[in-house]
Amino acid sequence: MKLLEIENIHAEVDGRPILRGINLSIEAGQIHAIMGPNGSGKSTLTYVLSGRETCKVTHGSVRFCGQDLLSMEANERAIAGLFLAMQYPVELPGVSGMTFLREVVNARRKVAGEELIDSMEFLKMVRSKAKSLGVSDEMLKRSVNVGFSGGEKKRNEILQMAMLEPKFCILDETDSGLDIDALKIVSDGVNSLRSFERSMLVITHYQRLLDHIEPDLVHVLAHGRIQKTGGKELAMQLEQRGYFNFIETTA
Amino acid sequence: MPSNKKYLLPSNAQKNSEPGWLSSLFRKAVEEIEGSVMQDMVFAEAWRFTNLNAFKALEPIAANSTAILSCPKVFAELNALELHISNGILTWIDAVPEYIDLFDFADRRITPTWVIEAFGSTINTKMHPFTAINTTAFSGGVAMRIRKGAVMKKPIILLVDTQANGKIVAVNPRVLVVLEEDAVADLIEIHTGSGVYINNVVTELVIGKNSHISHYKLQAEDTDAFHIAMNAARCAANSIYDNFALSTGAKLSRNEISATLAGSHINYSINGSYLACSDQHMETVTFIDHVEPACVSHELYKGVLANHAQGVFQGKILVRKNAQQTKGYQMNRALLLSKEVEINSKPELEIYADDVTCSHGATVGELDEEQIFYLMARGISKKRARAIMVSAYVEETINYIHNLLIRDVFRVVANNWMQQNIVDTQAIDGS
Repeated sequence: MKLLEIENIHAEVDGRPILRGINLSIEAGQIHAIMGPNGSGKSTLTYVLSGRETCKVTHGSVRFCGQDLLSMEANERAIAGLFLAMQYPVELPGVSGMTFLREVVNARRKVAGEELIDSMEFLKMVRSKAKSLGVSDEMLKRSVNVGFSGGEKKRNEILQMAMLEPKFCILDETDSGLDIDALKIVSDGVNSLRSFERSMLVITHYQRLLDHIEPDLVHVLAHGRIQKTGGKELAMQLEQRGYFNFIETTA
Repeated sequence: MPSNKKYLLPSNAQKNSEPGWLSSLFRKAVEEIEGSVMQDMVFAEAWRFTNLNAFKALEPIAANSTAILSCPKVFAELNALELHISNGILTWIDAVPEYIDLFDFADRRITPTWVIEAFGSTINTKMHPFTAINTTAFSGGVAMRIRKGAVMKKPIILLVDTQANGKIVAVNPRVLVVLEEDAVADLIEIHTGSGVYINNVVTELVIGKNSHISHYKLQAEDTDAFHIAMNAARCAANSIYDNFALSTGAKLSRNEISATLAGSHINYSINGSYLACSDQHMETVTFIDHVEPACVSHELYKGVLANHAQGVFQGKILVRKNAQQTKGYQMNRALLLSKEVEINSKPELEIYADDVTCSHGATVGELDEEQIFYLMARGISKKRARAIMVSAYVEETINYIHNLLIRDVFRVVANNWMQQNIVDTQAIDGS
């Protein structure tokens, strides 16, 4: 079954065309990686999928679980099962980690017409998931991401992912700013969420992350188009030979 | 202090017989303020941001009835001692412990000496025309004394409610709190009402040596009402005074808080938030007078302004020559939720001592779209996301409420405001 189908997407940011015809479809259970040089359109693609208002889709369509993704608000997409682990998780001063997670879980329950979550049940649930990701009680008490190290921020993103059990995850340069140990913790967290129903789109500059999170397919993105698609060996070739050899020169 | 005075209550009976006596007092005050522009710069400056036109149209009469009051539900859990002032008259007193003395200002009996000595001792009415009206025209209210060494376990709630009953009324409630040496108390002042009215309230506090008072105020008047408040304190050495104010109500409000730190080693903290929407005008004026050495004052005010609201913050810290080793901090921040709002912020330091640590500042900002997107990307609606971030913004001031139960109550009140008044729209571009 196709979980996500991107068809001929063109998008611009501040009136500047960035994506120039992206086609990509992801089956349930698959992990796809997107690699590409700076400015290739990787971030813009995450904006298009997550519903950020800063970019404008000028052409094309995206179907997610059979629904028209582009007609949905960012929060509706999240509730439909899309999750974006951000490259730069935002700081929320004054909003504690616990409060934030409870709001997030309750937002789903509200839409589903369910009762709001019981505090004790919720605490238990958060603690058990937090422990395996090395997220301490102290981090959950503090304001979200405020004063967190790069590694803590990324772990916090994966904790949210684990809490929400989304159908489709976008990991936007989750490896950036991580040391080797943190990379291992985050990757283990992601791998533990792999399942036959859950798909992922892993965006990265480096092959390193793909050693930990093995993709089914690797796409090379440049000049707003997918230039080449291959197996995980493609990532190795990119690492050895650079992007240059894989990119068509544009007119 | 010896005094020849026996009665404090002004003889309103005579005035009441003349129709319009009260509205002429207000009219005179407004004229005095407006006429001051040329004569007295300090005076004119203090009223610069308040548009008194709405006042001039009013012809308020004295309220002549009272009602049975009950506290807003959220305060019920505090299990407090309640005092009720309905339309300016003290109407209810819970049973109080023996270390509290109470005096009803409407009482025609001889006024106790402790009331006469403290009454009017905290404020110069010449500079405060509305306080002068209150002093001339008050027809009721309450004085309370918490005796030396008394440590109150329950908070005191002073509920001040005004019902206009289809007319335009003015009330002048008067409150006096005398906290003797080594006493400890929590006081919560709540202002509610309905209709078009002026609540011109004066609260005086005389705070004794080594005593500790936490004074919280919720101004939740009817949005057609006018709230003019003077909260004046005189603190003695080694005392602690925590003042917190949350304002959500009134069409026009001016909450003036002044404190004279008249002894050394006083710890004075004054924090609060004002949450304004539609066309509300909310003004906070604070004055901290450091007279003696080694006192600490801390002030944080945060405003949230939506729709067409106007906010004003005027905060002055005066450090007199003798007040060496003063530490003063003052900050006013405002969050603007629409491009139609207005904020006037005037932090002011006047320092005559040479060994002091003082800082002040003001910031103005809007909601961060990155934060809103982050919350939305996790499934939270835009409206809820905005409310969460506004709550988080106000939370910093609410955290200065030391009593955790009272803190929760004020947080609930603030969050209720968010739920009712934060809308889905973009912050500044209005799209």
